[in-house]
Amino acid sequence: MKLFPIRGGIHPDYRKEATSEKPIVALPLPRLLYIPVQQHMGAPARVAVEIGAQVKKGQLLALGQGAVSAAVHAPTSGKIVAIGSITAPHPSGLPQLTITLETDGKDEWAELPEAIADPFALPAQKIKERVAASGIVGLGGATFPSAVKLGLGGQYKLEILLLNGAECEPYLTCDDRVMREYADEVIDGARIMAHSLGTAKIVIAIEENKPQALAIMTKAAESLANVEVTGVPVQYPMGAERHLTQAVTGRETPARKLTADVGVVVHNVGTARAVHHAVRFGRPLLSRIVTVSGGAIVEPKNVEVPLGTKVSELIAFCGGLTKEAKRFVNGGPMMGQPLPSLDVPVVKGTSGILALTAAETNEHATQPCIRCGTCVTICPCGLVPVEMAAFIRHDKLDKASELGLMDCVSCGSCSYICPSNIPLVHFFNYAKGALNAADRDRRKQEQTKALVEARTARLERAAEAKRQAALAAAAARKAQSQSSDANKANA
Amino acid sequence: MWDTVEFAVGSLAVIGGTLGGLLGVAARYLAVEADELESEIQALLPGSNCAQCGFVGCSQYAAALAKGEAPVTLCAPGGRATAEGLGKRLGVKADLSGHDEVGPQVAYVNEELCIGCLRCAQECSTDAIVGANKQVHTVIADVCHACAKCFKVCPTEAIEMRPIPATIGAWHWSKPVVGQSQH
Repeated sequence: MKLFPIRGGIHPDYRKEATSEKPIVALPLPRLLYIPVQQHMGAPARVAVEIGAQVKKGQLLALGQGAVSAAVHAPTSGKIVAIGSITAPHPSGLPQLTITLETDGKDEWAELPEAIADPFALPAQKIKERVAASGIVGLGGATFPSAVKLGLGGQYKLEILLLNGAECEPYLTCDDRVMREYADEVIDGARIMAHSLGTAKIVIAIEENKPQALAIMTKAAESLANVEVTGVPVQYPMGAERHLTQAVTGRETPARKLTADVGVVVHNVGTARAVHHAVRFGRPLLSRIVTVSGGAIVEPKNVEVPLGTKVSELIAFCGGLTKEAKRFVNGGPMMGQPLPSLDVPVVKGTSGILALTAAETNEHATQPCIRCGTCVTICPCGLVPVEMAAFIRHDKLDKASELGLMDCVSCGSCSYICPSNIPLVHFFNYAKGALNAADRDRRKQEQTKALVEARTARLERAAEAKRQAALAAAAARKAQSQSSDANKANA
Repeated sequence: MWDTVEFAVGSLAVIGGTLGGLLGVAARYLAVEADELESEIQALLPGSNCAQCGFVGCSQYAAALAKGEAPVTLCAPGGRATAEGLGKRLGVKADLSGHDEVGPQVAYVNEELCIGCLRCAQECSTDAIVGANKQVHTVIADVCHACAKCFKVCPTEAIEMRPIPATIGAWHWSKPVVGQSQH
């Protein structure tokens, strides 16, 4: 397959060998599961169970609400013992609404939606509904509700379903293992997704540092004419949606548009497998494969983890921590986020849990910029990180925005490459967040103004109506007194 | 007799015409110009006349701002965004340290103290308080912009101004702290 070059990028030390040859093992059921109602982008799901309720595996716990949301299900059978706020697996360390499930060890299935034997005979809408009901979100880490993405076929002219098996983040091997161990399930899921999207062609892109996955997937797709498996160069951030699209099709996604605008929809390989389970067996998303790795983990592993398992239990299952771990990361080392504590649950977007040693984090004090321009050369989005960061440092966020701040995908390549250790991507994450917050404030202000104006208008109308009523009453009184005068006169 | 009538009408017409003309000329040349800057600034303010800035209402604050007599950070309901917007329009740097201390707030009705007198609901500039006579009132938090008018009129001190709790959705990374001479 003809490939196209992508701009910039870096070649970090991949360190995947710690887990790449470790088959996926299932985590024994923990006693307690902590299931947040928001494990996805969009609106939080609405709790649909009560404290004390007995639930079975696969039963709905919280219902997705609004256009962009996802349902949450019970990963096993047991009893709901609490519904309250606990710390979220989020760098803020803020609490979020979480359902606590005490598992009963029976792992009894609830009555599941009917298995669909021939999904290709069903209309696309039915597939989308099943995926939505199964609470499936993008398992690459972005956690965007998959059903919404599968509905893009109606609005865009789509040609290719691009299955993302690039897994360009160092350390992570969960997608690699899924492709090696469940190739048929992944491909079946991809075919169902392509049917729902209405795309004729499926391309499965895998970085060339995963030769076994590449071979197994190629073999699994051999008999299928519309499925093509291709190796892509090892170049971070190859797995970024827009970059992978460009590498495979040569089409560049315009700023603030979707890859769907260039006829491509990208889904993660793990998501495809989840769709396979949801459609073929009616099983909702209850667990995910997590790579537990890093120099401070005794036995790095790929683990199939029930959603809601505490990170501390997962680490204990992997032999615990060896030396003093310097940093705990949720996700990969490039785009992952620091964990606020180990007492947070594994959620749908947790692709990796890394415990990194001081040598691995390789932190150095920030030094002055030497204007080497390396960040400009490697920026995969064609931006000018050095200039943007300088504006942000001086609180000129609008200027940074004019330079394309909002087109930054936060891949972290600039921070990685900077010889002066300037936290460039941190500046951009801050600025993007601050600009969004300012936008929210502006919208609130507009709402307030509109409400104040509406109230003022209403009060004026009421005052006017009162005045008119008083006048009318006065006129009526006058008329009455006149007529009574006339009556008197007549009498 | 007609002379008298004509004289009266004529003189009144002349007086009327002259005074009218004078008024017309005065309206043209002595007009108080509606300050464009002032109205532009007023458009940036919430318009709820809550008086937390210390002025009678938004238009008075806008006037003071236009003359450069008031700092841009006084609008409590407008918060950071308003202060920054004003600072940008007026070309002054907003000192936002005070805003970070207080942070955005929302009114909250303590249901044990509320007597259902409706005063707060009538006072609320964004109709954010719902309730009926002798029924406990409540605040629609999304619509409240913390003008604190309700807080001032409540006869039983049932209303408190509470900080809006931080949420994951509204959270973002803080600005990285690096030395002064980096760029």
